[in-house]
Amino acid sequence: MLRYIVGRIGQSLVLLFLVSIIGYFVLLLAPGGPMSQFALTPGISKQDLDRIAEQMGLNRPIIVQYVDWLWHLLQGDWGASFRDNRPVLTVILDHLPATLLLMGSATAIAMTLGVWIGIMGAIRRYSIFDYAATVGAMIALSVPTFWFGLIAIYVFSLNLGWFPAGNMYTIGSGSVGDVLWHLVLPASVLALVDVAIWSRYMRTATLDVVNQDFIKTARAKGLSARRVLFKHVVGNALLPMITLAGLQVPALLGGALVTETVFTWPGMGRLFLDSLGYNDYPVVMGLLMFSAVLVLIGNLLADLISAFVDPRIRLA
Amino acid sequence: MATDKTTLFPEISRRKALGLMAATGASLAVPALIGRGSALAAAPDKPTGQLIVGFSQEPTVFNPHLLHIEVDEGVHFAVFDPLFNVDPDGKFTPALAAEVPTVENGGISADGLNWKIKLRDGVKWHDGQPFTAEDVKFTLDLMVEPDFRSWRRAGHDLVRDIKVVSPSEITWRMEKTYAPYPSILASTFIVPKHALGEAADKNTAPFNNAPIGTGAFKWGKRVAGDHIELLANADYFGEGPYLERVIIKYIPDLNVLYTQFKSGDIDITGLQWITPDHYEEAKGLADREVQLVAGSTVESFTLNMGRPQFKDPAVRAALYHAIDKQAIIDALYYGLPTPTETYMPQQSFYYNPDLPKHEFSLEKAKAVLDGAGWVAGGDGVRAKDGVKLAFTCSTTAGNHIREQAQQFIQQSFKDIGVEMTISNLPPAVMWGDYWMTSQFDSVIVGIDFLTGPDPDTSDYFASTSSVATGGAGQNTWQYHSSEVDKLLQEGGNSLVPDERKASYMKLQEVVRNDLPLLPLFQYTTVRGRKKGLMGFTPNVNNRIDTWNVGTWYWEG
Repeated sequence: MLRYIVGRIGQSLVLLFLVSIIGYFVLLLAPGGPMSQFALTPGISKQDLDRIAEQMGLNRPIIVQYVDWLWHLLQGDWGASFRDNRPVLTVILDHLPATLLLMGSATAIAMTLGVWIGIMGAIRRYSIFDYAATVGAMIALSVPTFWFGLIAIYVFSLNLGWFPAGNMYTIGSGSVGDVLWHLVLPASVLALVDVAIWSRYMRTATLDVVNQDFIKTARAKGLSARRVLFKHVVGNALLPMITLAGLQVPALLGGALVTETVFTWPGMGRLFLDSLGYNDYPVVMGLLMFSAVLVLIGNLLADLISAFVDPRIRLA
Repeated sequence: MATDKTTLFPEISRRKALGLMAATGASLAVPALIGRGSALAAAPDKPTGQLIVGFSQEPTVFNPHLLHIEVDEGVHFAVFDPLFNVDPDGKFTPALAAEVPTVENGGISADGLNWKIKLRDGVKWHDGQPFTAEDVKFTLDLMVEPDFRSWRRAGHDLVRDIKVVSPSEITWRMEKTYAPYPSILASTFIVPKHALGEAADKNTAPFNNAPIGTGAFKWGKRVAGDHIELLANADYFGEGPYLERVIIKYIPDLNVLYTQFKSGDIDITGLQWITPDHYEEAKGLADREVQLVAGSTVESFTLNMGRPQFKDPAVRAALYHAIDKQAIIDALYYGLPTPTETYMPQQSFYYNPDLPKHEFSLEKAKAVLDGAGWVAGGDGVRAKDGVKLAFTCSTTAGNHIREQAQQFIQQSFKDIGVEMTISNLPPAVMWGDYWMTSQFDSVIVGIDFLTGPDPDTSDYFASTSSVATGGAGQNTWQYHSSEVDKLLQEGGNSLVPDERKASYMKLQEVVRNDLPLLPLFQYTTVRGRKKGLMGFTPNVNNRIDTWNVGTWYWEG
């Protein structure tokens, strides 16, 4: 087991290294660069921009910049944002809570509802409920989230006035109730798509289990339908969901690019979009490495938990 | 952002883009360029209430001398003061200077070389330290400090021998006469020596994220990615502040910005304001005031005069005749922008209103080309002396309105036997070397040609300002005219507005005649605020609506 974990971590480090090289070079080789957005600013001359690029070390060969960046990173220095000069790690950690709250709520709603709908759909296969859930899931998956976001704002905020049109809290208030009130719309909109995904997976997984011999045995030996469902069916059907949950980890912390923008939610997704727009290399690279680590950890955790709860899986 | 902030950056910045992209549907609007709000209710005795300003970009640079974008100035204007400000008429009004230095009052010598400025007494920094001439000297020195990433050195690099005569008087000498310098000083905010002077690296000093100024508002706090809170400075030397708190809220999308204006989450729309497609609806909102305000950005169809096709003045004149400006304005821009014949904003003291009016006429365009000997070949495209009247036109890919204007113009040009091929590029490529080193044939672009209220446009029109011919500047159309050079020289030699005016009036005439750029229109922006907010005053000379936020208050 230990050898397995160490091996996986070793692989991960190699992967991270590759991700950093590809990310860095793609980012810096893209035309434009951090100065291009200022080209038409009145009062700023090309000479000023060239000088500032020089002062910031942006004129050095890419390989030199990369090695410099990597060297600092290895010593725990993630660099500073081009936009406000704050340390990259501080910038990221600043945006993390907002995203955790939003994505955490959305995922919790999605898992609960999704699993329930999936099970119900499976045990009442081809019922009206099942068809409705299937069609609903298809719609939720095919329509872009931002569209749901805009519609939700239009209906529930502008027309009905039940919820705020955006933002994480009322400036000056920020009580728990206030935050929850602001959380409802964006979390529901994000959950919508995830519910669709979870319910589809759960339905399939449940169907797989329902037809297994041990379920028939359980029924044959006279267990109540309820007991069969919750103890034998659901327990086993949830196993593949662990992998899915593992895949969910990066999204949980990476944020929602578009939804955060539509709802003015100050999270990681928006930070990424903004940093990309400004060619804020240190922050973009920081976020890239951060998500890469999350993906790797998420997968590793999912595998380990699966192994732990499912005795059939034998690791090395 | 800039000037283009008004127009280009948007594209550059995905958000603004949303704004400027509108579908079609013409609505006529008469620009109502009003000044102050309606009534003149009394301002409160002490700072009261809060104002939430919505910006579509996040202010992140609070040291006003580092490289920054327009919205950052929303903070700068509230927290800091320059020596003097620019009012909507382009006149300077004293701020930290006790009096605006001019040639008449002896503050500036007749040759513009020697400056003497008296400073206001008794001004305190937000931390209680007294403001003195040392701070002014520190600021001017900082602008040219070798390691400091100063966003602009023009003008400041000519300053020599700064002398602090007394805590309230400072003098210096300029290496040569530089007429735009007063305008540059009007946007040079004075920063405190005691707070920034000791920093080991002024680029990364803590001051930059917790600025200390003399302005009407003190730095409160910043919630990164969300908002910035500024608090009333009770000791402010000038008028106001009347508001207890100013919140600068970052809303990263223009549609969302409008939605939050509609829902009342924000009190006033800042950059990039309300998109033209929302104007009709916005006008009808209850308890909101929506106003059309002229922007300083001028949209033009610019020609690269280094190309053989455009060397003949007849070609440039014919192309201008072939552009149906009004149709573009009405059909694509909701009738909001104002047609123009010049690069100079129409609100400027130096604007020349007597330039020949553009006339859209395909017949005239054809006649001009016929007369100049451009004859259509077998493919219907005109040519002369082996030069075919065919060229490319570029602009920012993704700016849908411009792209539609481009297609419309392409069609008109085809009708007069001119072949225009569209070749658009992503913003970072378009406005990089492609633009700066004149690699294009023609470009549709919005530019703010002025530095604040100053009419000097040497950077755009002087012969020495084309990078492609070894110069430095943005004369990307490679427009080289000795007459223009002479006029720029004349206008730049005086610091007295009335003396300068003639040169710039004439200059606009010459440019209108030569047509290195075919002027299309001056942008009009749609700005909204809640009813009852007093003090909002459009100022084409400043880039930010909140330039005078210290004097704003809520009625009643």
